[in-house]
Amino acid sequence: MNDPWVPTPMTVREVVRETADTVTLTLDTSASPFAFAPGQFNMVYLFGQGEVPISISGHADRPDELVHTIRGVGPVTRPMLDLVPGDVLGIRGPFGTAWPVEEARGTDVIVVAGGIGLAPLRPMIYHLLANRRDYARIVLIYGARQPDQMLFVDELHHWRGRFDLTVEVTVDQGTEDWFGPVGVVTRSLARARFDADDATVVTCGPEVMMRFVVHEAVRMGVPQDRIWASMERNMKCAIGLCGHCQWGPDFVCKQGPVYRWDHIAHRFAEKEL
Amino acid sequence: MHNPRTILSHSDLGTLFATLHAEGRHTIGPTVRDGAIVYDRLIGPDDLPTGVVDEQAPGRYRLRHEGTRRFSWSVGPQSFKRWLHPPELRLFRATRTERGFAVEKPEAPPPLALIGARACELAAMAIQDRVFLGDVVDPHYASRRRDLFIVAVQCDRAASTCFCPSMGSGPRVSRGYDLSLTEVVDEAGHRFVVEIGSEAGRALAAKLPLHAATTDADAPERASAEAEAQIARRMPTDGLREKLLGAVASSNWDDVASRCIGCANCTLVCPTCFCTTVDDVTTLDGTHERVRRWDSCFHPDFSYLHGAGPVRSSVGARYRQWLTHKLATWHDQFGTSGCVGCGRCVAWCPAGIDIVAEAERLAEDA
Repeated sequence: MNDPWVPTPMTVREVVRETADTVTLTLDTSASPFAFAPGQFNMVYLFGQGEVPISISGHADRPDELVHTIRGVGPVTRPMLDLVPGDVLGIRGPFGTAWPVEEARGTDVIVVAGGIGLAPLRPMIYHLLANRRDYARIVLIYGARQPDQMLFVDELHHWRGRFDLTVEVTVDQGTEDWFGPVGVVTRSLARARFDADDATVVTCGPEVMMRFVVHEAVRMGVPQDRIWASMERNMKCAIGLCGHCQWGPDFVCKQGPVYRWDHIAHRFAEKEL
Repeated sequence: MHNPRTILSHSDLGTLFATLHAEGRHTIGPTVRDGAIVYDRLIGPDDLPTGVVDEQAPGRYRLRHEGTRRFSWSVGPQSFKRWLHPPELRLFRATRTERGFAVEKPEAPPPLALIGARACELAAMAIQDRVFLGDVVDPHYASRRRDLFIVAVQCDRAASTCFCPSMGSGPRVSRGYDLSLTEVVDEAGHRFVVEIGSEAGRALAAKLPLHAATTDADAPERASAEAEAQIARRMPTDGLREKLLGAVASSNWDDVASRCIGCANCTLVCPTCFCTTVDDVTTLDGTHERVRRWDSCFHPDFSYLHGAGPVRSSVGARYRQWLTHKLATWHDQFGTSGCVGCGRCVAWCPAGIDIVAEAERLAEDA
């Protein structure tokens, strides 16, 4: 019987240092193509250390590689910062729900990310750009705590240089050599130009950020059923058996992490649910 | 199928064990240890409780000696959960290779026979079947469950903590078993009325020294009626899911939190609670083991998130999660309540918190 608890070894092909505490690892899946949908996640196992849920940050059209962007903050993820090409990780997945790439067709798409929340949204951005004709305006709003904590900086520059999408980047705290905007993503959202009646908003970041993003989007006239958010909960299994990620009737690993806002608005308002 | 009831003499209980052992099964059943009746591996009938009855109340469990019966007690702190969904289980072992690691899966356990499973235990197994054999199958539960032989026991008495009739789960064992026993002790002797519940049960019964039941044939029904007559506790199940979901902001959660010490006993004794965590253990020879252990939603770390801490940081929120899951959202997830009315969480709560009383108060609130 296929054992859903046992990871499959995969070899690291490339390591890119994003920030002081974040790396992007590209795993080689050419021997066994890895299919996923933007927004989904894997359980990533480091030998001898343990396993953590990590969203997939690569291109869904490239089944020969699997890309994870990992912030090293705990006993499992911190040693992952030191991996080099040729090292091996264990993978279980993909798990969970996906961003609404179909539902968003024909609409303006507003992507609002905070911190590491840009990683699970990057496959969505890749999809939008790869299928550019299917969508109207595309706006990416990205907030980082500080300039040196920004992910995918080269890519952000490249995207910003394109004429077919708008990129707004902001930081909570500026530094001496930062001349860009300082402030929260909701301010950038309020200033963004898009057709609120016919827009799709996708957001991922700290819960408090998403709460204000949704509040602002709704104020601007975006219908609640056109807003999607990605939830984070403690997860040990990702297959609905360990119980940790329960949120009301849901297992976030199965019914989430990506939710349509009108389905969760009432739950999101409850503290400590 | 026609199932004439038969009699197994008390002195032939050993043959039941021997027949199960001859099939290569480990026999798991009740035995007295540390002042409680627990389920463990039994060698033969001598390991079973003899003349032991239990007294239970909120926060209270005591055994005392009375008579000669083997099964005239209610339920102890453990359920058969620990044998199908073990408290500690190795998911895999990994050893380092030149650049990576190799994974070794655990061996399949020997087939088990459960002896003395009551109606609430069988109902709990049916609930865990829905949890572990749903769209994602847990291979560890599945392999233990698939090869199971179940010798059920009809309750003839109930504890004050029992409330199975209101959960629709007892006291009568009516399905989900291979053989069932009803214990009868009178001037004619000590014996068991045997009911057959499956083809496997029929095949095993054919190997036992059974004789026809004449006057005892209605003993199972009489035992169930006797047990049910002793049960006063009732879960207010009518519309309970909706009432509890509507009571999310009730002040009763703070009230129960002022009594609850967050010890997790209720989740550990519950025969349906299924939550686990994983521990990663690396030994000195460099072998790594990933071990699954029972966990509890009462632990603050259960909902821990980096940067945010526990989602449910207050005891009230954790009690709300447990009770609301058990009695309300379980329906959404698995199409059934998560409670079978065994009363373990009531008896084994050190603070004597009574799930029925709490549900009643919350339901009134809604």
